[in-house]
Amino acid sequence: MDGVHDMGGMHGFGKVEAEQDEPVFHSDWERRLYALYRAMSFTGVWTIDEARFARERLPPDVYLSSSYYKKWELGMEKQLAETGLAGPDELAAGHALRPGKALKRKLTPAEVPNTVTRGSFARPAKAPARFKPGDRVRTKNIHPATHTRLPRYARGRVGVVETLRGCHVFPDTVAIGRGEDPQWLYTVRFDGRELWGESAEPSLQVSIEAFEPYLEPA
Amino acid sequence: MQLRVRALETVLTEKGYIDPAALDPIIEAYETKIGPHIGARAVAKAWSDPSFKRALLDDATKAVLTLGVVNRVGDHLIAVENTPKLHNMIVCTLCSCYPWEVLGLPPVWYKSSPYRSRAVNDPRGVLADFGVTLPADTKIRVWDSTAETRFIVLPMRPGGTEGWSEEKLARLVTRDSMIGTGLPKTPGEVA
Repeated sequence: MDGVHDMGGMHGFGKVEAEQDEPVFHSDWERRLYALYRAMSFTGVWTIDEARFARERLPPDVYLSSSYYKKWELGMEKQLAETGLAGPDELAAGHALRPGKALKRKLTPAEVPNTVTRGSFARPAKAPARFKPGDRVRTKNIHPATHTRLPRYARGRVGVVETLRGCHVFPDTVAIGRGEDPQWLYTVRFDGRELWGESAEPSLQVSIEAFEPYLEPA
Repeated sequence: MQLRVRALETVLTEKGYIDPAALDPIIEAYETKIGPHIGARAVAKAWSDPSFKRALLDDATKAVLTLGVVNRVGDHLIAVENTPKLHNMIVCTLCSCYPWEVLGLPPVWYKSSPYRSRAVNDPRGVLADFGVTLPADTKIRVWDSTAETRFIVLPMRPGGTEGWSEEKLARLVTRDSMIGTGLPKTPGEVA
C-alpha cells in the first residue's frame, strides 16, 4: 500500500538524531511488549508480513506520531481484534471476557533460546529463475492497496540484477492470507540518477531486494 | 502505555495464549546476550583471517556460526565489504529490518523517519549527521533491506593495528561501523 511507512526519499523529516549509550529498551512496557509480540508470533497466529501490514494500516497521523514500540502495540491490538483472538472490550477491561481460542503451540521458557533466531524464508521453487545476474530489469509500476515490499521510489525504474538470493516466501500474498506463493528473490541495483534524477550524487548506487513478480525485462 | 501493555499481558495470559514465565528469558536474551559484540567478533576475525573473510563474504550465516558465539544464526545474512573506493550503508526504508542476530535490536535512529527517508537519497548528508565525512571519490552503495535478507557491513581495518589480536581488534568495531553510518575506532581511541 502507498502508505507513510514507505518513506524512502521523502523530505522534511530532519536530521538523524542518535542517542549516546542508548539502552536496548527505554521503559519496562517496551520490554514486556516486545516479549509479548515474540511469544504471540511463536504461536503461529500471524506471520511477520501480516504484522508489518497491520502496522502499515495504522492511520498515517498515528503511524508518524507514535514511537516504534507503540506502533507495535497498536498493530498487535489490531491483529488480535481482526483474528478474533482478543477484543478491544477485553483489553479495555484488563482481563479476558471470553475463553481463548485453541492455538497450535505456546512458548515455554525452555524453548526461548530456539526462538530468538529467525526462521528460514527460503522455499522450493516452482519454476526456474527468470533473470540472472547482469540482466537489465525494470521494476513494475504497481500500486497495490495491500502489502508490498517494492518501495515507491523504486517503481518503474531500470536496474541491474546483481545477485539471485534464492526462492523466498512472497510477502505480498502471505500478508493478506493468500499463502506463501514462493518467488525468486534478487538484489537489484540502481544508479542514483535513475532513482532521483540529475540532482543525485553521480556515484550513488542503491539496491533493493526484489521479488520476481516486481520485475520485467528492460 | 504501561497500563495498556499490562492489560494486554493479562488478557493474553488468561486466554492461555502465552506463558508469562517465557517473557523474561526473551527480554534477557536481547538485553544481555544478543548484541553488536557478536558482529564485532566476526569483523575482527575477518580482519585477521583471510579464509574466514572469504567465508564471511561467501555465506555470512554459516561463517558467523563457526565463531561459536551463538548456537544459531537466521538464514540469509549477507556481509558486504567496504574498500577505499566503496562505502556500504544498510537501511530498511519500509520498516525496521536489521541484522539483529549479529547486532542486537536496532537503535531508535535506525527505525526513525529521518534515517529511513534520507539514507537512500542523501547518504552523505546522513553520514554528516553522524560526523562522518568520506573522501569525495569513495562511492556509496545503499542496501535497502526490503526482504528477509539481512546485511552487515564489513568495515575497513584501521591502520596501525598490525599484529593486534582478534580480541583487541574487536574493540575497534562499533555497531554503527557495521551499519555503515560510522567508521571503526582508531587505535588511539581504545588505547
